[in-house]
Amino acid sequence: MAAVKTAPLPAPPETTGTDPEADLAWRFLHYMFLMREVEDRIERKLYRQGKIVGGVYSGRGQEAISVGVGLTAEPEDVLFPSHRDLALYFIRGVHPREVFAQYMGRVGGLTRGKDGNMHMGDMKRRLVAIISSIGASLPVAAGAALALKYRGSRNIAYVFFGDGATSRGDFHEGINFAAVQKLPLVLVCNNNQYAYSTPLELQMACANVADRGPGYGIPAEIVDGNDAFAVYHAARRAAEHARRGLGPYLIECKTFRMSGHSAHDAAEYVPKHLFEEWAAKDPILRMESLMLERGWADRKDLDALYASLRQQIDEAIEWAENSPYPDPSELTANVYEAS
Amino acid sequence: MLVTYLEAIRQGIWEEMERDPDVFLLGEDVGVYGGPFKISKGMLEHFGARRVIDTPLAEAAIAGAAIGAALMGLRPIAEIQYADFLSCAFDQIVNFAAKCRYRWGAAVPMVVRAPCGGGVHAGPFHSQCNEAWFVHTPGLKVVMPATPHDAKGLIKASIRDNDPVIYFEHKALYRRIKQEIPEGDYTVPIGPAAVVREGRDLSIITYGAMVWVAQEVADTLDQEGVSVEIVDVRTLLPLDEATILASVRKTSRVLVLHEATLTGGVGGEIAARIAEKAFDCLDAPVVRVAAPDTPVPFSPPLEEAFLPNAAKVLEKARWLLAY
Repeated sequence: MAAVKTAPLPAPPETTGTDPEADLAWRFLHYMFLMREVEDRIERKLYRQGKIVGGVYSGRGQEAISVGVGLTAEPEDVLFPSHRDLALYFIRGVHPREVFAQYMGRVGGLTRGKDGNMHMGDMKRRLVAIISSIGASLPVAAGAALALKYRGSRNIAYVFFGDGATSRGDFHEGINFAAVQKLPLVLVCNNNQYAYSTPLELQMACANVADRGPGYGIPAEIVDGNDAFAVYHAARRAAEHARRGLGPYLIECKTFRMSGHSAHDAAEYVPKHLFEEWAAKDPILRMESLMLERGWADRKDLDALYASLRQQIDEAIEWAENSPYPDPSELTANVYEAS
Repeated sequence: MLVTYLEAIRQGIWEEMERDPDVFLLGEDVGVYGGPFKISKGMLEHFGARRVIDTPLAEAAIAGAAIGAALMGLRPIAEIQYADFLSCAFDQIVNFAAKCRYRWGAAVPMVVRAPCGGGVHAGPFHSQCNEAWFVHTPGLKVVMPATPHDAKGLIKASIRDNDPVIYFEHKALYRRIKQEIPEGDYTVPIGPAAVVREGRDLSIITYGAMVWVAQEVADTLDQEGVSVEIVDVRTLLPLDEATILASVRKTSRVLVLHEATLTGGVGGEIAARIAEKAFDCLDAPVVRVAAPDTPVPFSPPLEEAFLPNAAKVLEKARWLLAY
């Protein structure tokens, strides 16, 4: 599949470079805001304007997970994002225009219209596309980790999944296999407390996904999924463990899905007070407050970052809308390798 | 070199593992035990535990791990101990492996080996010919060799192929069938069917263990002055329509034979293509001989009643010749 030519996004802004924590905060904010804004445009503008084909799955309120974990990955590490991990694509250099085109079913999307929404991947960027039967990624991620170990690489694989996926047989088989083989795999659970309309208490009888770690003989920890720094440091511990050949490591990120399952779902089954409680814990607002409090930024800096990203997003949408739909003659292409 | 069907598969895997360091084997009991049928006997000792991996009893993990390794450019051979257990890996194979290239351009160069077939008194869960499940899945390739020559050539071609291949090997042929095969490296391409017996009066289109039943039938009819042509389909997906249709055009009478159950079987697809594209050449209706639509039974008289055999095929062939 021919790569779509895109200009790379400007790198996230750096501060003076004297304070690595401040630099990290800027990078967190850059990617979290980019993810939030791209998803807001898709879900709240383009979808309502009828420009999006099919479903929309956002990670609103959960951005700290893909950003915090994603920024611990080395370029040759392999990522298996879930449908709530858009920031991982940006961290790997996917341009927002490719994401808009993907959602619009245009050839400029990562799958050239062959698949939609968050079903996208690119092995050149070491991003593996999910399939809809959530949880199926776990054994496959174990296999990618196996390949890295097989080749004696120091690289590792990261797999992302929600609380719903933990009920699948594939979840068990994948973790167990990775644990037995001591494969370099970081397991990232986005526990946002709902799988479509199913709340946690109808999903599992144990209190935490992390409680299952000991059952597989692997370390597991619980982290505040709305705190990018906390997620980042947990992911660093996990990645270090995996890189040292000690096997898989599970991180459970506690968070909340600040939307329906998808754009068509008003989530009326979620008690309103939960949205209010979790809105106060918004990972972007928290990062802003921290940065202002520590003097890493002032309001003007933040507004300048947001304005610059919004402008790039406007241009990306325009590009995507001008990307053509695939020609029907492409229907039968690439079922198999061209002979 | 005179080898069994089993030895031919074993040689093919062994030679490919020697040739390409990215080829490895994973599955249940394939290492220390050498596989339940001893296909991988000695491989652990020779290639080491890195390349011959004993897995937990978990078919989705085996198939999924093979997919992940294949996405990374390795060439895994995943052994599913019995084809019947492919059901446990179904989602991984049909939804993950089969659709990667089409959806996002990612190659999955893996082989899933699946010992299939009845006649070994193994009951409903160790005897099925379930190839049709996969023939209905675009993105997969499906092969089922009948001879030691093709078993070796097709396993090597499957390992070298850049798409996922389901390789069905028939258990009843493992030690029963011996054949001279060339020394050293050769492949049998995925795709082309083979005319394994030339004839004028009747075509039998078949594959797997039923090729040998067809030969028995052809021998019997030959003594009665009837000349039978046998097409061994070998690759079920993609189907070599041209070879099948050429045989039909030559003989004008056609019997489609497989061990799998009748309804929804590959024979229906073959019959439909013949009806669509060679109807004007037919002197008689297309006839199918297949197992009845039941699970594979255990007790010998029941299993014998279930499996197609020479007597059942002869009866249909004679009806067809008299039509």
